[in-house]
Amino acid sequence: MTLDDILASLFPDGHDVKNSGGVLSGSGALRSGGRALVIGVADRTALGVDEAIRLSNYVLASLENGNAPILVLADSDSQRMSKRDELLGLNEFLAHLAKSLIYADMRGRPAIGLLYGHSAAGALLATALATRVLVGLPSADPAVMDLPSMARVTKLSIEVLQEKAKSTPVFAPGLRNLAQTGAVHLTWDETVPLAEQLDSLLANMPDARDRRDALGVERGGRPKAYAIAERVRELALQAL
Amino acid sequence: MSAPHTQTTKSSAELDRTASWYEASARTRVRLLLDPGSVVEFIGPEKREVSPHLKLFDLPEQFDDGIVVGRGRLDGSPVFVAAQEGRFMGGAFGEVHGAKLTGLLRAARDIGSVPVLILFDTGGVRLQEANAGELAIAEIMRAVIEARTAGVKVIGLIGGRAGCYGGGGLIAGCCSALAVSEQGRISVSGPEVIETNRGVEEFDSRDRALVWRTMGGKHRRLLGGAEVFVDDTIQDFRDAALELLSSIRAFGIDTLRAEQSRLEDRLQRFGACPDAVDIWTAEGIPDAVSIPALPADQFIALADKVRRSSRDAR
Repeated sequence: MTLDDILASLFPDGHDVKNSGGVLSGSGALRSGGRALVIGVADRTALGVDEAIRLSNYVLASLENGNAPILVLADSDSQRMSKRDELLGLNEFLAHLAKSLIYADMRGRPAIGLLYGHSAAGALLATALATRVLVGLPSADPAVMDLPSMARVTKLSIEVLQEKAKSTPVFAPGLRNLAQTGAVHLTWDETVPLAEQLDSLLANMPDARDRRDALGVERGGRPKAYAIAERVRELALQAL
Repeated sequence: MSAPHTQTTKSSAELDRTASWYEASARTRVRLLLDPGSVVEFIGPEKREVSPHLKLFDLPEQFDDGIVVGRGRLDGSPVFVAAQEGRFMGGAFGEVHGAKLTGLLRAARDIGSVPVLILFDTGGVRLQEANAGELAIAEIMRAVIEARTAGVKVIGLIGGRAGCYGGGGLIAGCCSALAVSEQGRISVSGPEVIETNRGVEEFDSRDRALVWRTMGGKHRRLLGGAEVFVDDTIQDFRDAALELLSSIRAFGIDTLRAEQSRLEDRLQRFGACPDAVDIWTAEGIPDAVSIPALPADQFIALADKVRRSSRDAR
């Protein structure tokens, strides 16, 4: 699905989402009433300081306006890898965007990520993974790092990595592999109007508690994270 | 008889704290940073909770998966502490490594009053378990914000050999405040990653002076990316942690709005600067080229004079 198809299918009653240099902003009419804030990154644009500051501005400006959900659409590159972005403190800009989304979510503006294309590394952390519920479309193609780069770092051949990827989802790119760790809550069906699936999600929105580690156990992609985090939490609570 | 003994213990602790932060292991940093004898580790190496994934790559495991988490006291007050071991897989975030920090932050959130000290020393996501590591970082970021919203102060201390890269840089950006030494580089993409992806013309990773002045502690302090600059000793990090704990205010919408303005202002003032030296010059520092060579005490005096910190805007 193209971005235009996705927006049309999400908001049959209309939207005013604009794409400016790969940065998405606007709103869409929900069938259940009200308008969702829509932000995001399109056209596989890298997320640098200039893009991130605009996105966080949209989120913070919307906080005064009621309790409608925030949709975060993602088809991005990784963070912008450049001297200028790092010189200006890219980590702060990406963290600020993530903080704004998480804070909005905790304060009654449920944040929903919609991963419909690529996304990677710091861009994924600052957008799609900073939401309460992350939805994947079948076309989604996330990667923490691509296999050729991974081959360089791990000093294993791409063939060996591809072979290993069959038995373990934990390092390999792709929506299914990421979903098995618990990062992606559900995958929508492109043949059904997205508005219906959005309605159904909004009607059954889980509370703001982060349950991605429990999901990773259920799906077998992250066997230990939930138990370790819970054990540390309990030991820490007992200690005081 | 007990007074001289106490005296001896105290001075020996102070003597130990003259040790280099950079050179120390994660466990040594924790032991010397906090009050003597106060540290209790949670799920320590004796529990042998290793990464479930490294076997697949025939890589050696470590019994603590490269992170120490626990509690202790700082000047008599309880704190939670987490310290990454940069010498194990570059301090990278794997499933178990990350989950320990997540659990600690969630406990701090539940209690609401005990601060958390995070001793960063990391290259970012552990690629052999990339999906689990990436998600661990996302969970930690959320847990930091939940803890801060509940009133918890979360302090980052950065001065280790691996620096604070990748997702580690994003977590650092979520903390209430940061103390950094000259060695404590903070960045998302590392020098080699930028060079590999964009070419040596964009960033020459072998130009160490370029790396330090673009990502190092001095630049981060002058830019407002870290609140406090410290010399490379454990005592200096301890003093900085105490100072930050006494001065951090509550986190909320006003903090985020202030940060939005702070970062917009930075882009406007320095967005066209090609190099750190240009930023320092635009900041009004005379003889900005001499900054990298300045001894820590002189640099701290200069930084305190020319640049407000980012307090209450992070």
